[in-house]
Order: sequence, then structure tokens, then C-alpha cells
Amino acid sequence: MSYFAPNRHRGKLIIVEGIDGSGKSTQLSLLSQWIRSQGVAVAFSEWNSSPLVRKTTRRGKKKEMFTVTTFSLIHATDFADRLERSILPMLKAGAVVCADRYAYTAFARDVVRGVSRRWVRNLYQFAVRPNLAFYFRVPLEVALGRILGGRNAIKYYEAGMDLGLSRNVEESFRLFQGRILEEYEAMAPEMGFHVIDATGSIEEQQRQMRKIVMEEIGEHLRTTVLRSQEGATHASRAAAPVL
Amino acid sequence: MPAGQPLQFYSEPLPDVDSADLQGKLIVIEGPDAVGRSTQIARLRAWLEQQGHAVLDTGMARSALAGKGIKQAKEGNTFGRLTMTLFYATDFADRLENEIIPALRAGFVVLTDRYIFSLMARAIARGADRAWIEKVAGFGLRPHAVYYLRADVKDLISRVVIGRGGFDYWESGMDVGFGADRYESFVRYQGRLIRALDGMAKKYGFVVINASRGPDQIFRDLQRHIARLFRTPAERRRAGAAPLSRERRSP
Repeated sequence: MSYFAPNRHRGKLIIVEGIDGSGKSTQLSLLSQWIRSQGVAVAFSEWNSSPLVRKTTRRGKKKEMFTVTTFSLIHATDFADRLERSILPMLKAGAVVCADRYAYTAFARDVVRGVSRRWVRNLYQFAVRPNLAFYFRVPLEVALGRILGGRNAIKYYEAGMDLGLSRNVEESFRLFQGRILEEYEAMAPEMGFHVIDATGSIEEQQRQMRKIVMEEIGEHLRTTVLRSQEGATHASRAAAPVL
Repeated sequence: MPAGQPLQFYSEPLPDVDSADLQGKLIVIEGPDAVGRSTQIARLRAWLEQQGHAVLDTGMARSALAGKGIKQAKEGNTFGRLTMTLFYATDFADRLENEIIPALRAGFVVLTDRYIFSLMARAIARGADRAWIEKVAGFGLRPHAVYYLRADVKDLISRVVIGRGGFDYWESGMDVGFGADRYESFVRYQGRLIRALDGMAKKYGFVVINASRGPDQIFRDLQRHIARLFRTPAERRRAGAAPLSRERRSP
């Protein structure tokens, strides 16, 4: 995996990727709770959540002002803000950072929207390389069944309506997600993803993830990362005078 | 760029833009902070309109999409270096696609107060990788001409102190903190910006204008250069071989 700068910090970075409805967020949430329960400091970062950029993104979406290029750039700005403000400082502090979607989301979505592969891959070159990247592989129909059953309305950009694939929102969403799935599948070997079969039971998927975590970074979780004992020791010292 | 040749993108053509449709002229005024760019642009605009050209002027952080967001982020003082670079790149892309290109299609003269060069220089001055930011900005159109108002830091200092009465937080690069106070930081940061722009001059075919002089002299130089851009092929032939050479850029 030649993309991104290697993570030279004490903390570890775990990311999940997959199309909407692949179940990746559920799995990451279970995984992060499990890591935390072992006394490890865990931080969380979610795609498209920077407070600095939020208003701009919201305005652009509401007024349908985005082109494929500005859509790609505003998401990269959002990512940069989360990286500079939270992900990097947390990694430096020694936390395990769990990211729900990472630059690969842009590699898949933005390319489907029409920006060049080469350009968007360069755009995110400043990102830190994850220690573990999980990709949740799911057939399109399974994912669509989970999404279309559960939520009431799919939003304009979520459905890729700006691409003019179809005037029907559901049909557009289907075509858009199908193309994103193809992009993910094409990049999976190149990016070194750990592929999880997301048609399996939730428990089985979680077992696989935990096994991979232990094999790949188990030693670090026991020794190098920031553990709550360190915090607890400080806290008890700080609390001592009161007692 | 010789007359009649369509504008081109640097390395990444924007989707849905046929550059053969772009009939106007794209003219860039570059230079460090406080060098007098906006004064010159106001005068150039009036002069060009006087001659019957329709003019659009645009500049950094003025986009409908990202202008407000950038302003708010600057007020917060928690603007990371990469975040800032990419927010400005978003702003530039929005103006390019929604203002500059439509104006060029309509045959306007677009006068832009800074372009991808300042965007890149600011990123480089803050430690970004040069190759990275050049590729990010690769969707920019190659302008017909880039006039680089070149001055030394000492010229800028006198303009800031006398003209503005103090050093601006961002123009002093205080977000990075290049020195103990605004003066020291301004000197180092603007020095870095000037070096970064100097480093681009040859590659991007800047026409360097000595901006250590008074505004009238700078304006006369700009007028002389810009007048050449509007010559018809017949006028060019009559004028001989010499005048074009300074506007030609390296590939």
C-alpha cells in the first residue's frame, strides 16, 4: 500500500469502508467498545463531520451548488480539518482512532461522480496510512434492502441525483451505489483492505474483526498505546488530596 | 499565449468544459500581501471598460460557496494548514467553474486578484509538499497572462505600517507563528511567500513587474503589456516579431 504517509505515532488507526448499508458503522461501534473495554483509550472520527466546514457543506447541498470538483474539495477540506484537529493529535497521544469511512470513500465516490482517479488520490496524499482497513463486502441488493427498508428519504447527493443517472431517486441511488461498489472492489487489492463478508451474521463479522485486530495490532494494544490505567493513576493522584 | 489559441487546463481538465468555447481573456495579477494588487485592478478595470471590454474581477475567498465559511474559520483562529489550503482550493474551484469560466464563455476580460499561484505559495510557505499542491491545483486554466507584482519585504512593511497602521494576523502568518511577534512573523512569512512566487515565475511564465515603484509607473507597465494581449493578428504582424516574446510561457 503506497498511499499516504506511514503512521509513525504511538496510537493506531483503524478504519472501515463499504457502501451504504454494508453494516460497517455497526461493526466499528462494536469493535471500538470492545477495545475500550480492555482499558485502551479510543477516539472516534466520522466522515463529513467537521464543524468548521459544516455550514459550507450544508449551504452547498441545500442550494445544490456543488460541482463534482467542489464536492470533492469540500470533503477533502472536512477530512483535513478532522485530521489536523483530532485524528493526528489523538494518534500522537497514543489513542486508538476508529474512523467510520476514510479517504477511500472519496476514491470511490468522487471517481464515480467524474473526477479523475489520479487527481483524487493525490488530493488525499497527506492522510495517515491506517494500521488496519476493513472493507465490508456486500452484494448491492442486500445493501439496498437494508437502506431502502429502514429510512424514509434518500437525500439528493446521497442518491447521486447530481449525476443525472435517473430521475427516480431510488433508481438513481441504486445505480450510484452499484458504481461505487465497483470502485471499491477494484481498489480492494491495491489498498490492502481486510475484506469482511458483510452478508454473515453480525456476531460472525465481529469475531473476524477482533481476530484480525489481535493478530495485527494485539501486541501494540497491550504495550504501546495509551491505556486508561495511565489516566487512572493520574486521576487517583489528583484526587488524593481531597480524600 | 498566442491569440486565437484556446485556453488549456494545467493538468486536470474540468469535466463538462470545452475550452474552445472560452472566448474571453484571463488575466491574473499576482503578488504578496500589500503589494498594491487591488489598486491596480481597480484602475485596469476602469481602463479596460473605457476601451469597450466587459470586465469581471474576482479574487480569493469571494466564492458564493466557500467565501463565508473561510471568513468564519479565520475568525476562529483554529484553521489548520492543510484545512486552510483545501478550503481556499474549494473557493477557487467554485469561482473558476461558476464565475470565471461562464464569463470567459461570454467573452469577458476576467481580471483575477491572485490565482492558483498564491494558493500554492501559501501552502508551500506553510510547509506543504510542492508536487502535491501543484497537482491539486492542476484543474486551473492557464491564463493568457500572469503579471507578478514583485516587491521586497521591506517595501511591503512600509506599505503596511504607513497605509494600514498595523500587521494583519493572517498576512503575518501568525497561524503558524514564524516569529515572536507580528512584525517578525510578517517578515519571515512574506519572505517565504515571495520566494515561493519567485520560484514559480519561470515555470508558469510570469511577467515580472517591478512593484517597488509608485502605483503610476506600475500601472503604465501593466497597460503596456495588456495592450499587446488585445492586438489583432494583423497588428501583431505590423508590430514585428519582438513584442510577443515576453508573453509566451514555457510549457
